Amino acid sequence: MNELDPITLGVIQAGLQQVCDEMDLTFSRSAFSPVIAEADDRSDGIYDGETGALIAQGEGGLPVFVGTMQFSTMTLIDFIREGKALPPEEGDIYIVNDPYLGGTHLMDVRFAMPFFHDGELFSWLSNTGHWPDIGGAVPGGFSANATAVEQEGLRLPPVKLVKRGQMDPEIYAIICSNIRIADQRIGDIKAQIAALNVGARQLTKLLDRYGVKTVKAAIGEWRQRAARQMRAKIAKIPTGTYRSEAWVDSDGVIDEPLKIALAIEKKGDDLYFDFAGSSPPCRGPMNSVIATTYSSVYLAIKHIFPDVPINAGTFEPLHIKEPEGTFLYAKYPRPVSGCAAEVSQRIAEAVFAALVGPLPDIVTAAPAGSSGNFALGGFDPEKNRPYVMYQLSGGGYGGNIRQDGLTNGCSTIGISKTQPIEVLEQIYPILFEEYALREGSGGAGERRGGFGINYKVKLQRGEAQASFVMDHGRVGPQGARGGHDGAVNTVTVYRNGDAYVPKHLSKDQDIPIGVGDVVAVGTPGGGGYGDPLARAPERVLTDVRLEYYSIEQARDLFRVEILHNLSGVDEPATKTLRKAGNAQTAR
Amino acid sequence: MAPVPQTAKSDANVIVGVDVGGTFTDLLLLDSRPNGGVRVVKTPSTLENQAFGVLNALEETNVDISAIDAIIHGTTTTTNAVLERRLAVTGMITTRGFRDIIEVGRRTRPQAYGMYGEFQPLIPRNLRLEVRERLDAAGNIVIPLEEDDVRAAARKLLDAGCESVVVHFLHAYANPDHERRAVAILRDIWPNEYITAGHELLSEYREYERGVTAAVNASVRPILHRYLDRLQNELKGRGFRRDFLVMNGNGGMVSAPLVDRESAKTVMSGPASGVMAAAYTAKRGGFNNLITYDMGGTSTDVALVLNAIPAVSNELELEYAMPIHVPMVDVRSIGSGGGSIAYVNDAGLLKVGPRSAGAEPGPICYGRGGVEPTITDANLILGRLNPDGLLSAENAPPLDKIRALLDQRIGSPLGLNSEQAAGAIIRVANDRMAGAVRLVSLAKGHDPRDFTLFAFGGAGPLHAVALARELGIPRVLVPARPGITNALGCVVADLRHDFVRTVNQPLDQVDMDAVHDTLNEQVAEGQRLIQDETIDTEGLRILHGADMQFIGQTHLINVSLTSAETTREELQNIFETAYFERFQVDLPEIRANLVNLKTSVIGRRPEVDLGLLVDPANRSRNVEDARIATRPVWFDGEWHDTTIYSRDLLPIGKSFEGPAIIEQMDTTVVVEPDNKVDSDTDGNLLIHVKAAS
Repeated sequence: MNELDPITLGVIQAGLQQVCDEMDLTFSRSAFSPVIAEADDRSDGIYDGETGALIAQGEGGLPVFVGTMQFSTMTLIDFIREGKALPPEEGDIYIVNDPYLGGTHLMDVRFAMPFFHDGELFSWLSNTGHWPDIGGAVPGGFSANATAVEQEGLRLPPVKLVKRGQMDPEIYAIICSNIRIADQRIGDIKAQIAALNVGARQLTKLLDRYGVKTVKAAIGEWRQRAARQMRAKIAKIPTGTYRSEAWVDSDGVIDEPLKIALAIEKKGDDLYFDFAGSSPPCRGPMNSVIATTYSSVYLAIKHIFPDVPINAGTFEPLHIKEPEGTFLYAKYPRPVSGCAAEVSQRIAEAVFAALVGPLPDIVTAAPAGSSGNFALGGFDPEKNRPYVMYQLSGGGYGGNIRQDGLTNGCSTIGISKTQPIEVLEQIYPILFEEYALREGSGGAGERRGGFGINYKVKLQRGEAQASFVMDHGRVGPQGARGGHDGAVNTVTVYRNGDAYVPKHLSKDQDIPIGVGDVVAVGTPGGGGYGDPLARAPERVLTDVRLEYYSIEQARDLFRVEILHNLSGVDEPATKTLRKAGNAQTAR
Repeated sequence: MAPVPQTAKSDANVIVGVDVGGTFTDLLLLDSRPNGGVRVVKTPSTLENQAFGVLNALEETNVDISAIDAIIHGTTTTTNAVLERRLAVTGMITTRGFRDIIEVGRRTRPQAYGMYGEFQPLIPRNLRLEVRERLDAAGNIVIPLEEDDVRAAARKLLDAGCESVVVHFLHAYANPDHERRAVAILRDIWPNEYITAGHELLSEYREYERGVTAAVNASVRPILHRYLDRLQNELKGRGFRRDFLVMNGNGGMVSAPLVDRESAKTVMSGPASGVMAAAYTAKRGGFNNLITYDMGGTSTDVALVLNAIPAVSNELELEYAMPIHVPMVDVRSIGSGGGSIAYVNDAGLLKVGPRSAGAEPGPICYGRGGVEPTITDANLILGRLNPDGLLSAENAPPLDKIRALLDQRIGSPLGLNSEQAAGAIIRVANDRMAGAVRLVSLAKGHDPRDFTLFAFGGAGPLHAVALARELGIPRVLVPARPGITNALGCVVADLRHDFVRTVNQPLDQVDMDAVHDTLNEQVAEGQRLIQDETIDTEGLRILHGADMQFIGQTHLINVSLTSAETTREELQNIFETAYFERFQVDLPEIRANLVNLKTSVIGRRPEVDLGLLVDPANRSRNVEDARIATRPVWFDGEWHDTTIYSRDLLPIGKSFEGPAIIEQMDTTVVVEPDNKVDSDTDGNLLIHVKAAS
């Protein structure tokens, strides 16, 4: 067999993949920030030495980073070429978090290590980690009413944090002087570096074994094959143009919805994405930088065709028209903190909504699609220390041709777990009063949406400020093919017993709360799939028995009459109801 | 540690290990009386009621059941009950506001990509009832337990037909009083013993994992109890009146009366006993660091053994969103087995598994209508498997048909002939298994050159040498009876009890006296349990460990302690060393946190002479005489004339060179060109592997 027989190709591909997976594992396991360690809000990959094109990326990486890191690496290479960054030497690691240079928001800090083999630059190893704080107006960086990026925190152009294997103490000092709770950052920085070092060690082994020439040939071949595989998938979509809309509640500053308009044209074996007609750039932090917009399309397509592996070739058949003049192409100094967590998920929702028509067997109704970020910052008098807590939450997934949607799944762009209540209560001065399945929240459908959750958190000691960056407060996740929308996100703060609902519904900042005050959140349910009247009455009965829906909801949404002792379905009444016509629509 | 009285009763006895697997029930009887010996039985499993298979196997030994001193049983009853959701009707009584904890989980999905997923909680929502009570994280009472709520909930659950019940309260690990009180109330109302309190199995924080673990326990308890009861009654009826023990997932055994309360611990006990047997067997040969490699029909299990002790984890998941956080031998499974299907994907790449041809239709060679090439088919075409020796095929395998299908489905798309296609399938399959071994064990910082690959299961010895070569592991050990390793695990296992207690304090603030007290209490509790057993033990072995982290982290590093009287300095040192070995990172800036203290109390069973497993009769005097055939076998892209040996004829203590194929009833061993093979008195084959270039 010659050097590039399909088997060697497969072995090298698996080897490159494993290098990335081991980087991911090292990063999470040694990180301090729960956002990385528990929520896996990080990603690691290998990029072409000359072009920065994606060679391989860890399967366990945060989905929203699938595209961005390639753009970040490409920008770094340009900067070096243009003399805006120093040339790479062995043992260097660059740090960069500028959103406009192939990033997401400031909290996502990218490290890039030039990888040399036998003295030659072979590739870049790069990773992104979400730091729990990067300075700026509010702890954690999610300022719901920032109007310029400077208010969102420290912005770093590509500079060498590590020079020939030695950390630059001056740059490190600048970083530490600009972020909160800096004393633990050294742990995360070392974890992020350790992951790159593990990657370098493993990649060296692979190259020693198969040789640079063979590995390079395999990478090139593999890129072509990924493109071919993606095109084979796209070929299943009938030729045509598919349109959809999705809505962001508001930008956090001006209380008006932001529209994402999407037209996907399938031509040949390629897809063309056009966001023309989307809202213009916004005042608040719900702008998306271009790398994040691209990445959101990529991750949505990857969710639809999960078995296509990720490299630069995977995305070749996907053509995205630069959405100039919209909030999906933010330029300096537009604030962008909401792009990675929320706008990205609305973009993905638009992709799902456009393609569920032509791909009804594969695509689901809309998932909850919010990271549900609730931040609580305050001072704990008993422990005599300040704290910043994040509570991320999931919601229902969309129904689909095979099954009801999953309950409390994690965000579209994430793969993370929430922290246990028992851990949060150990660390922070809070007590949960409830953490429960949110009844009735799944969008009705032949296959209903999954359910969101309800939680209530009470402050036990000291004073604190509550901030929210969530979405889907205005309209719920879209149903598909006749299914209803899932329930909207709700936020209510009970202060001295009085209920306060944020003006922007899903976004607010620095709401002061005191001892005994309660924050109550209901997360979105998934969209329903198919006509609710087509749902088997027995399934509706089961849902009522499990108290997912009330008897009234069964009647109103599904047109099924359940006997009052739950012993069965009142079949004659159900027949009459269903004959009488359409179920009450949710929208 | 106080000296422990020995309870040995007799030297000569008859011990039976019987393991029920998905396909076969394996039995190993060791009779150390004069003129005793060994019986090995393999009978089809009877999955509807595993007891029939067990009794059939016992009957086939032709040994008088009343002469048996102990039967140690490995069962998949609980594993299957959970995976197939064939569970007892179970209710949960829990803290008000939190009945959905075991349903909503920790906001996950089964895979990184694909917005799909399904999850069915073990206890349905209408059988999870809330009561007024609440503790805070320190264990202080925020809302006192409303006892009438417990009574009302219990009655409601009974009316709904519940047989078993769980009490699961938030922060019960910090203060179990409310759970204990609720259990006491239940005892007056509940008509049976099936009451499980969350903190009893697992006294660790994390409400979801603890709740699911308790729910698993409660919902399999009546099922395991009934099964064991029925089996013991049958045995009694046949004259058996001695010790009956059951294997746990931690690789130890417990007597049947004790197993019931902690039924969840029997989950995954089959794979665990295989690893125990591997550790035991290899240690006798002087090999203490192993990677165990068990390849069967549908999956491959790998595990790590360090210093002759299998690695144990208490963070395993049985399936998506089904964590069972009790200590279990850390066995990782991937979907590669003899029946794994090979195919060429959209990108023109060869993939093997995880889809399996199963038993029906099975690989093409079974002749039951299978048309998709599998690993087994590839092994057959390459001459590694003997066409006349397949256990599961009814007729001689249709070799021409296999070749044609290989050509059509793999060869043509890839431009390979049928041998090359088969070779490619093996290579891709090995590569995938090697990746799994690396990531779960070697990626933890261990150097493969320090390890021996212990190969068992029907297909393990077929692939072990190639796998070792790929991984840089210098030796492969194939035990005398690779097909009954799990049953051997039952026979050689020790009695074992594990304890975990959460501390979760910065190391420099921990009360070291309390640490010593905790560890000593764990030892005392284990001693008490083991002394209550009647089966022979030869003293105790105590293992202490701790889970640690740097303050601010959430992941844990597991370290071993030298004694219960450990010091703060020792804890700091071993933690820092372990952390550096794993991540190559020093963190002098940050303090350490002591999260859990752990103790395993092991009642050591008398040594078993594995030499008994080797039948000395009929052995040939020299290696040449063990040759039964010669046939061409495909190695590294070409055919080699290869000697085929019979394992039963091979002389003990002699060496020979590869290439060779060694055939025996339950497996086939492949020895590559340039390998050297030694055999020892326990009947093990030790294959020295030529490292990859």
